[in-house]
Amino acid sequence: MFTLGSVLDNDFKSTIEDFSFETEFSTNQLMLPNIEKPFEFAQSIIGLEKDLQENENQLMFHQQKKEERKERALIKGYKGTTTLAFIYEKGTVVAVDSRATSGQYIASQSVQKVVPVNEYMLGTLAGGAADCQFFLAHLGRICNLYELRNNEKISVAAASKLLNNILYSYRNYGLSVGSMICGYDTRGPQLYYIDSDGSRLKNSLFSVGSGSPFAYGVLDAGYRWDLSKEEALDLGRRAICAATFKDSYSGGTVKVYHIDENGWVKISDDDASELWYRYEEKEKKKK
Amino acid sequence: METYLGEKQQASQWSPYINNGGSCLAVAGEDFAVIASDTRMSLGYSIKTRYSTKYLKITEKCSIVSSGMQADIFTLHKVLKSRAQIYEQKHGKPMSTDAVAKLVSRLLYYRRFFPYYTFNIVAGIDDEGVGCVFSYDAIGTLERVKYSASGSGSSLIEPVLDNQVALKNRNDIKKEDYKLTKENAIDLVKDAITSAGERDIYTGDFVEISIIDINGTHEDKFELRFD
Repeated sequence: MFTLGSVLDNDFKSTIEDFSFETEFSTNQLMLPNIEKPFEFAQSIIGLEKDLQENENQLMFHQQKKEERKERALIKGYKGTTTLAFIYEKGTVVAVDSRATSGQYIASQSVQKVVPVNEYMLGTLAGGAADCQFFLAHLGRICNLYELRNNEKISVAAASKLLNNILYSYRNYGLSVGSMICGYDTRGPQLYYIDSDGSRLKNSLFSVGSGSPFAYGVLDAGYRWDLSKEEALDLGRRAICAATFKDSYSGGTVKVYHIDENGWVKISDDDASELWYRYEEKEKKKK
Repeated sequence: METYLGEKQQASQWSPYINNGGSCLAVAGEDFAVIASDTRMSLGYSIKTRYSTKYLKITEKCSIVSSGMQADIFTLHKVLKSRAQIYEQKHGKPMSTDAVAKLVSRLLYYRRFFPYYTFNIVAGIDDEGVGCVFSYDAIGTLERVKYSASGSGSSLIEPVLDNQVALKNRNDIKKEDYKLTKENAIDLVKDAITSAGERDIYTGDFVEISIIDINGTHEDKFELRFD
């Protein structure tokens, strides 16, 4: 059975204890069932398996079996999404949709997919909603402790590395986290992509989720480093709108955030369908 | 499933979970919340009992209803009740609704790898006296909403609430003119769960309905179809 004692700082153990009922026994890990191969059991029950990059040796047969297992899964956690973020000259833009699906049922059209880590850093939610919510809240706590201990603001690189290390220790447990840590620190606007497989990637633009191919199409076509603030916000909004239009698992409202040296600000919150019709009107007027 | 070493492992065949059915819903108004659940416990094609409570009053300002597996509902409610008591004794005041909501989310996520097969809704009055409803999935995703339904009849109830509470897809009423009164909300909740009882085999028998406002909690019970 995996233990996290070596990965988590001793000081953080006390915060993890509060999560469990048996506070008098020091547990610093999430409860595992007392059977052999516990995390496989978890994976078979919860239909949250991300589509891992299969290597070419694997037969289509295994792929089909995996799809069947996902369908048979009893507990379908909320997932499905489109989120994107990019950095440009004046800061970072983060845009998300707000739909959460549980199988084919739309569980909610008003999920908060952007979680503030602190005043100048945002984390996005993609994949399993519960996993992302939990680990991003935990990251917020760690960053706060860092600031109190070291009397300086934590850098985006350090915060993303902390989350990355925690998620790596839960690798193969069946967690599904595809989060982006976006912020503005002393090095300027920063953007990191964190995965539950243990990836940590740095780039100037990312889109995560089932609707990401559609968002990339619009984003890549319109992206430049020297965009104006208005153009950048509009680009993010358009890209998510395009994704909600084509992807069934994305929809609801389109939320856009901007991060600069003064911190993060929520710019807009528009209904996805209404936004689409607005863009259509604009196109008609142009012609 | 293939591990990183390339070994092939069988998916686990053992499953301790069963679904005992049932529907729950909650609606929040400006200064009140209404929460209701049916009481039928089913197993496959049989009804095991006509009265098995899915509702728990946590504090005077906050209650929870859960649907899913009755064993996990019972355990979760037991744990939640004792945690609320411990909090009250430690801090000298009852838990606020926001705190209860977060606690439920954490209790569910603690069992991320062996979940409680429960679909919960927490409803009550927050610190400012505004009605609130929190909905969850099985592993603890937390979201504050104005209304929610869970359980076997949720896909029958939720569209009704979308139309009547959030006024979605309606051309006859403007949002600004509409205010949800307590009497309207209670009638709406009763009608919604009665309609679910008409079309969902796992919903029926009795309904426990509870109205939470600044004066406390008022509990009531009425009958549904027994067939």
